[in-house]
Amino acid sequence: MLFLAMWTGDIMFANAYDLIVYILNFIGIYEPINNIFETLGIEYVLRIIIVFVEIAVLMVFALLTIMFLTWMERKVVAIVQARYGPMVTGPRGLLQPVMDGVKLIGKEDIIPAKADRWIFTLAPFIIFIPALLIFIPLPFGESLIISDLKVGLLYIIAISAVSPIAILLAGWASNNKYSLMGAMRAVAQDISYTIPLALSALAIVLFTGSLSTVDIVSAQSATWFGFIPKWFIFLQPLGFLLFLIASIAEMGRIPFDFQESEQELVAGFFTEYSGMKFAMFFLAEYAHLFSVSAIVVTLFLGGWSFPFLNLLPSGLVPLVSFGIFLVKTYAIIFFAMWLRDTVPRVRIDQLMNLGWKIMIPLALLNLLATGFLLTAGVF
Amino acid sequence: MRTEELLINMGPVHPSTHGVLRFKLTMDGEIIRKCDIVMGYLHRGTEKLGEMKTYLQFVPYTDRLDYISAFPNNYAYVKAVEELAGVEVPLRAEYIRVLTLELNRIVNHLVMLGSLLLDLGGSTMIMWGFRERENALQLFEMLCGARMTFNYIRPGGVREDLPEGFIPKLNEFIKDMENRIVDYEELISGNEIFIMRMKNIGVISAKDAINYGMTGPSLRGHGVNYDIRKIEPYSVYPDLDFRACVRNECDSFARYMVRIDEMRESLHILRQVVDAMPEGKPTSQAKYGIAPMTGAPTAVSTYFPRIFTPPPGEVYSRIEAPKGELGFYVVSDGTIKPYRIKIRSPSFCNLTAIPKMVEGLMIPDLIAAFGTIDVVLGDVDR
Repeated sequence: MLFLAMWTGDIMFANAYDLIVYILNFIGIYEPINNIFETLGIEYVLRIIIVFVEIAVLMVFALLTIMFLTWMERKVVAIVQARYGPMVTGPRGLLQPVMDGVKLIGKEDIIPAKADRWIFTLAPFIIFIPALLIFIPLPFGESLIISDLKVGLLYIIAISAVSPIAILLAGWASNNKYSLMGAMRAVAQDISYTIPLALSALAIVLFTGSLSTVDIVSAQSATWFGFIPKWFIFLQPLGFLLFLIASIAEMGRIPFDFQESEQELVAGFFTEYSGMKFAMFFLAEYAHLFSVSAIVVTLFLGGWSFPFLNLLPSGLVPLVSFGIFLVKTYAIIFFAMWLRDTVPRVRIDQLMNLGWKIMIPLALLNLLATGFLLTAGVF
Repeated sequence: MRTEELLINMGPVHPSTHGVLRFKLTMDGEIIRKCDIVMGYLHRGTEKLGEMKTYLQFVPYTDRLDYISAFPNNYAYVKAVEELAGVEVPLRAEYIRVLTLELNRIVNHLVMLGSLLLDLGGSTMIMWGFRERENALQLFEMLCGARMTFNYIRPGGVREDLPEGFIPKLNEFIKDMENRIVDYEELISGNEIFIMRMKNIGVISAKDAINYGMTGPSLRGHGVNYDIRKIEPYSVYPDLDFRACVRNECDSFARYMVRIDEMRESLHILRQVVDAMPEGKPTSQAKYGIAPMTGAPTAVSTYFPRIFTPPPGEVYSRIEAPKGELGFYVVSDGTIKPYRIKIRSPSFCNLTAIPKMVEGLMIPDLIAAFGTIDVVLGDVDR
């Protein structure tokens, strides 16, 4: 019934809050509940409850995504390496992440004797919570956004800049040489790659004139000649390349996985972690993988937009656009996983050279060229 | 600013030391200033054990030296004993031996490539390498029932003749392997990152390499044409057409490329061996020495006596093992047991060149250079 109404109706929502209110309205329970709260004089409580529902839905989605990603990673690696991957737990090993979770919860939670107990315990939380916070300004689909921040892009870059702090804390608190070296590397890498990341994102902002992720997506929803989507990847190919490389470095995945660099530093900054604390680093990594891929999609691949999407009944667009968004995001994720299986790791100084001597100048050049062309009115 | 040098103990248990090996690294930040190698964690006293065993009984111990490639170990020891005792070996046995040696060379290089790439952070090569290695191990299993510790090459020949269906399966393997090497090259050799990690890394001059006693593929990456199969031919190698693979760049990449070339050469040799495989017995029928058979003779095809006494004397015999020059120095005092066995293992000598290679480089380079030296710790600590 609801879908039917959405199919025929001609409605637009500003964000997920409005969508929930609409659904509640449709079922016919919004008014009575609202009345109860109004008579009590505390209607803001209802608003808070709805926001909490949003957050709960987002968290469930995020955690399910993370679980799925761990499974997907294993399967992709397995296919590339001519093996099966997980097959025993659940159909085609789909329940493997659940088993992993159960196993990790059951592990002893070791804190090394000479570690800094408080910081050691705090670090996994500091890395895990921002990894989830990044999801807030992500447009998952038309009107499927928790909060359309005016400074969405800045918020994303700022929040992802928190993780180096957590990594440094973890590495320092472990009181282990390998951990400390891993942490130092990770921080150096994160800082030097945030610059090209931000610079190439800035070139996008020159086009849109807005930091809001919703505006960035809607700027890309138009088409050339009616069928070529106006995605920024076509206007900013160099920017896309730089952003993709920098975001893979930000994720800390294989060509640039210095935070771990297993063969050199045992396990990098989480050498000393076990049990759920280790799991939190692990989960944060996959949350990061998803969110960074989603940002790439939002900035360069048109987010949830797709040509001919406007031909659909507008009520159906949120659902379809969500599907489109997921397909695009998983394409980027698959690329990252595929890359991981194919290439070895670069060396730390080569990584720094690439970051400072090649990517930052190129990103600056890209920004400059974009600015010139925009003022000249080429685009 | 005052900075301190950091002492890092890499190992004895570390993901990329391929076993129990310890690097004592004096680090200046990320740069290695000094590298000490601490060996001996896997010392089992193999050489001393040899003095307590009869000549035949020691063969299984050689399997445990370089456990990745056990056939060359078997053969190197057996060759020394045969030279000591003056045993004539049938031609078919020699061909079977060369077949196992070259097959084992491919297996060894597959493992080496896999672990090298794994050390560099590429996880795919080891799975691909082990896929083909599995086929080769199945061939070994057909030969002697064992997959890694064969005890197959014996004084006087080999333990059993080739089983039925072995040659067709071997041909299949050779055909498959040719395409696979192309796959490996596509995956690795042209990879920008791999080249960045390997080119001009771990460079020492050919002179230094010789002075450190490096041999085998690791030395041939330095432009030194030193292949014992060529300079001191043994077995049926003089009859076979092959070339020693040499690269001139003296770096990790050259040492890696030598391995790839050698796999191709080994396949070439295998094809010739299959074509030229003569008929006959796989074991020497000669009654040799005093040879008092202890116990009842069994149905095993070992016509060659189990216990024999070579005349007093000494011999140093060497072969081109996959990792380098593997030599056995065996001294006989005319009894049924060797008086002394000394093993010159390629891994040990090659490993000693590492500190010279990596000074001034970083830990990742140490791992890359170490991977191209191709060391097995069972071979280093005997």
